[in-house]
Amino acid sequence: MKIAVLIKQVPDTESKIRVKSDGSGIEETDVKYIVNPYCEYAIEEAIRTKEKIKAGEPEAPVATVVISLGPDRALEALRTALAMGIDKAIHIDSEGKIFDGFQTAKILAGVLKAGAFDLIFCGKQAIDDDNSQVAQMTAEFLDFPQVMIIQKFDLTPDSKGALVTRQVGGGAREIYEAVFPLILGCEKGLNTPRYASLPGIMKAKTKPVEKLKASAFLGDTGPLTQFIHYQLPPERAAGKKLDGEAPQQAHELARLLREEAKVI
Amino acid sequence: MPNYDLTPEQDMLRKTIRDFAEKEIKPVRQQLDEKEEFSTDLTHQMGELGLFGMTVSPDYGGQGMDTLSYVICVEELARVDACQAATVAAENSLGIGPIYNYGNEEQKRKYLPDLCSGKSLWGFGLTEADAGSDAGNSKTRAELKNGKWVINGSKIFITNSATKITAGVTVQAITGEKGDGKKAISCIIVEQGTPGFTAKEMHKKMTWRSSNTGELYFDNVTVPESNLLGKRGGGFQQMLATLDSGRLGIGAMGLGGAQGAFEAALEYSKQRKAFGQPISKFQVNAFKLADCAMEIEAARNLLYKACWLKDQERPFGKEAAMAKLYCSEVFHRVANHSVQLHGGYGLMEEYPAAKFYRDQKLLEIGEGTSEIQRIVISRYLGL
Ligand SMILES: Cc1cc2nc3c(=O)[nH]c(=O)nc-3n(C[C@H](O)[C@H](O)[C@H](O)COP(=O)(O)OP(=O)(O)OC[C@H]3O[C@@H](n4cnc5c(N)ncnc54)[C@H](O)[C@@H]3O)c2cc1C
Repeated sequence: MKIAVLIKQVPDTESKIRVKSDGSGIEETDVKYIVNPYCEYAIEEAIRTKEKIKAGEPEAPVATVVISLGPDRALEALRTALAMGIDKAIHIDSEGKIFDGFQTAKILAGVLKAGAFDLIFCGKQAIDDDNSQVAQMTAEFLDFPQVMIIQKFDLTPDSKGALVTRQVGGGAREIYEAVFPLILGCEKGLNTPRYASLPGIMKAKTKPVEKLKASAFLGDTGPLTQFIHYQLPPERAAGKKLDGEAPQQAHELARLLREEAKVI
Repeated sequence: MPNYDLTPEQDMLRKTIRDFAEKEIKPVRQQLDEKEEFSTDLTHQMGELGLFGMTVSPDYGGQGMDTLSYVICVEELARVDACQAATVAAENSLGIGPIYNYGNEEQKRKYLPDLCSGKSLWGFGLTEADAGSDAGNSKTRAELKNGKWVINGSKIFITNSATKITAGVTVQAITGEKGDGKKAISCIIVEQGTPGFTAKEMHKKMTWRSSNTGELYFDNVTVPESNLLGKRGGGFQQMLATLDSGRLGIGAMGLGGAQGAFEAALEYSKQRKAFGQPISKFQVNAFKLADCAMEIEAARNLLYKACWLKDQERPFGKEAAMAKLYCSEVFHRVANHSVQLHGGYGLMEEYPAAKFYRDQKLLEIGEGTSEIQRIVISRYLGL
């Protein structure tokens, strides 16, 4: 079985994001980068799946490959996945360009097709631009089934497909049985990602990292969306505190909602 | 020109251990400290990460890493909690170190795999109630009778020696006299459960409260002659060499603790307002923080250089003593500033400043007091 994991490197949530003065992007110099947290669930699930298969059948051929499209710094994210236990990495160099979700999906689909994967895990969304589109569009390009926001994953007994569970509104669950090749978007709760162990970090040094170029897979596919301008959300204005007894406060609140906020 | 870049692996190591310390240790550090409780759970987790036997060859279950990588890990643990850092540093240098460096093949195969996985712990008993800095004055004796060592005496303040998962201790004992009339001192392995051997947990510490400290009693403890570690009469040299390396670990605890106390002070000073502005805006406070940042940087450079010397297999004893001394004294100053900047809240356990302040003090006393470090350094100067 060949398992792929698609990961994205994103700014750490604790980094303070500053927009470039011309609004063309974010200031990258002081930003710390991490593996997108939802992609960590994907990495963990791929490793667990391999471990489970190997526990039952030690000789079973199972390969895990982590793939990331991005600039050179994305290598660091790939190395983290290798240190956690993934076997091989593919770095698709973005060659200094920024792609929209559609182009990203086109490139990833090209790489995945060449790799002939059975099972593809990815995060349900990346926490930087929160598009939540790449996995679905990649599936469409490949004509693979996809299930997003999954919280439970099990191989079917014949290992030719999977049973996956996703939570929907009101606490209800949808359970899907899907056949490989299959793309799954991982949600919090699916597992607890492991820490890279020290031996894992040492082993990662000797694992293969394949280098590809985005342009080789993009062809002449143009973007469907464009970044026009970046800006930070407006600073929140100071709140208002209402004085007096409860009846007066209620009265004042109703007045403010009607006259100032104009919501009633 | 020196190269100040860490390897990608060392960078990742720092990140991983920082992440682990923030997510797994930080939420429980205060509670463990309050209850003076050693955490077997965290110890096992740290074992799974590979934090024990870091510089031991993989042949014996270790990670085969360099000294600098080890020191970075201890630093990152100490940035969050001195106690877990203590468990790791003492285990690597005092528990595992002597067995790895002086044990014979059989001893290494027997003990190291479980110690390197963090399944069990091991203590190193040198200090006695009446012999600390003056370790040569220790009284514990081991006599060879009918092919067995019979040990009598006691030890005090022994880290990792009285936990539920402690598998044994290496004890320094007088094993006779040398030709020159001086005491012959040797290291002997004593396993947990040997009749006559007891390890009792010590409590009411001001510092390192969730690190395990034990008092050891040897009452006609009888072990096979083959439990001798290394050469008979070589114990004193083994101890000196063990402490040289151990000092790098204590240095890392000073550096990491200083970093943690500094970050707490920096964050608090930017938020706390007095006289209409953040207290960090008063120059006296900003200068304190600037001094802390500078001293931490200098401490890091000194400690990393000492590690580099060791990794290059060059003499490092002088630099190790300097790094241990300097890092623990920098931590002293930073922890003091941190409490001062926190004002009254610095004295309350709800804020981390108080714990840093308490935990700091051990570093000027354990594994050779600051005075002893100055003696060591002066000797290198030919004084
Ligand atoms: C939490 C904790 C954990 C420890 N873990 C271990 C362990 O795992 N194994 C172990 O063997 N020990 C351990 N120790 C013991 C520790 O190493 C000793 O406490 C330390 O070496 C000091 O010895 P002492 O307490 O007997 O002080 P003393 O040696 O009595 O020193 C008292 C004071 O006199 C000063 N002094 C002594 N000699 C001189 C001199 N020649 N010149 C100037 N000043 C001098 C000292 O610097 C100190 O200020 C631990 C201690 C603690 C508190």
